[in-house]
Amino acid sequence: MLKNRIIPCLDVKNGRVVKGINFVDLQDAGNPVEQAKIYSDGGADEICFLDITASNENRDTIYDVVEKTSKKCFVPLTVGGGVRSVDDINKLLNCGADKVSINTAAVQNSEVVVESSKKFGSQCIVVAIDAKKNADKWQIFTHGGRNNTGIDAIEFASKMESSGAGELLVTSMDRDGTQVGYDIELMSKISSKVNIPVIASGGVGNLDHLVDGIKLGNASAVLAASIFHYGKHSVKEAKEYLDSKGIPVRI
Amino acid sequence: MNVTIVDYNSGNISSVINSFKEVAKNKVNIEVTSDLSKIKSSDKVVLPGQGSFKSCVDALNNINGLADTLNEFAISNKKPLLGICVGLQMFADIGYEETETKGLGWISGKVSKIDNQNGKYKLPHIGWNEINITKNSKIFKNIENKSHMYFVHSYEFVPEDKNVISATTDYSSDIVCSVEKGNIFGTQFHPEKSDKIGLKIIDNFINL
Repeated sequence: MLKNRIIPCLDVKNGRVVKGINFVDLQDAGNPVEQAKIYSDGGADEICFLDITASNENRDTIYDVVEKTSKKCFVPLTVGGGVRSVDDINKLLNCGADKVSINTAAVQNSEVVVESSKKFGSQCIVVAIDAKKNADKWQIFTHGGRNNTGIDAIEFASKMESSGAGELLVTSMDRDGTQVGYDIELMSKISSKVNIPVIASGGVGNLDHLVDGIKLGNASAVLAASIFHYGKHSVKEAKEYLDSKGIPVRI
Repeated sequence: MNVTIVDYNSGNISSVINSFKEVAKNKVNIEVTSDLSKIKSSDKVVLPGQGSFKSCVDALNNINGLADTLNEFAISNKKPLLGICVGLQMFADIGYEETETKGLGWISGKVSKIDNQNGKYKLPHIGWNEINITKNSKIFKNIENKSHMYFVHSYEFVPEDKNVISATTDYSSDIVCSVEKGNIFGTQFHPEKSDKIGLKIIDNFINL
């Protein structure tokens, strides 16, 4: 039976982890390679790096991080943030990323998804959808949530599937950072609309939220950042909790 | 010993390279090349493959003499070869992804789309799934039955002779996820992304 995945996400800025695990035995808490290794040793099913480097001159720092991580972690590595072109995707894959997530560029020009999935295969193309609720609709936001495009998130999810995306990483902008749980309605609406796996993201504050994302939101995988930071919960604890709730996980 | 990972523009092979180098340390030389003479003289060959069946077969055929060299290596000289993901699928006679495409024809059978039972099963089949070991394959030495491996694919290899199957995985139906036919080995899952247990499979292949 296919297991539901738990994916810890690390925000990386200028090659350094912004919020990280606060472990006493960690030599360098800001080192993304060390943090990723802790997660993979702890049973993470996948690792996600979100590059939030703002300036263009420091953008290359992520390549070095990916290259070093992929030599130490032997679970899938997804990298997103600032991915604009087929060439950017190519560079990340060559450094050792297994999947690349595309956000703003996919909204601006879906050809990037079409072209890159043809060139590299759908299996490594993840489209990241940032959505915010407006009345009874969800609208797509880009540029790290600053720009409302007015595009309907559910329809966009379908369009990305037919463009060749292998997975969708769905983040609720209303919930992101709030720790009150995923936007279950959004997750389940998108998950029932498409036939590709959906990764739920945005809003996890406790382990029950992970359970809800899978049971109620029908997500194939759950992504979380802050609950794994500062040692609040380990990946292992999360998996054992999901297992106790009858959710199939790799233990 | 020389193990060659065939680099034929079949998509992203950096994870395959990293994992083999990690396992080999400095004891075994890992070459990454499409150089025919290097492939011929190596002890073992790894045939990775990402993307579609057609794109991988096309990429392989784009390198003059590569298919013949692999054929000589694995079929005439019977030296160990490991196909990973589409690398395994290409052992088949024929694949149906994008369009009907001829494979290497090393293990009779076809590669067709996984039946998603009218949307009941999401495709691609992405994530960790248990393998049911059905045959005592050499690459499964010290690998427990029901171990988890990382999968990402929408097409499955359906061999004619079921005796070549060494493991299956349950997703919509029993999907063939590992084969062994003499010196030819293949995994549908990605040992290079399957954590320590996957590295053990790589170690088993290197130490054949």
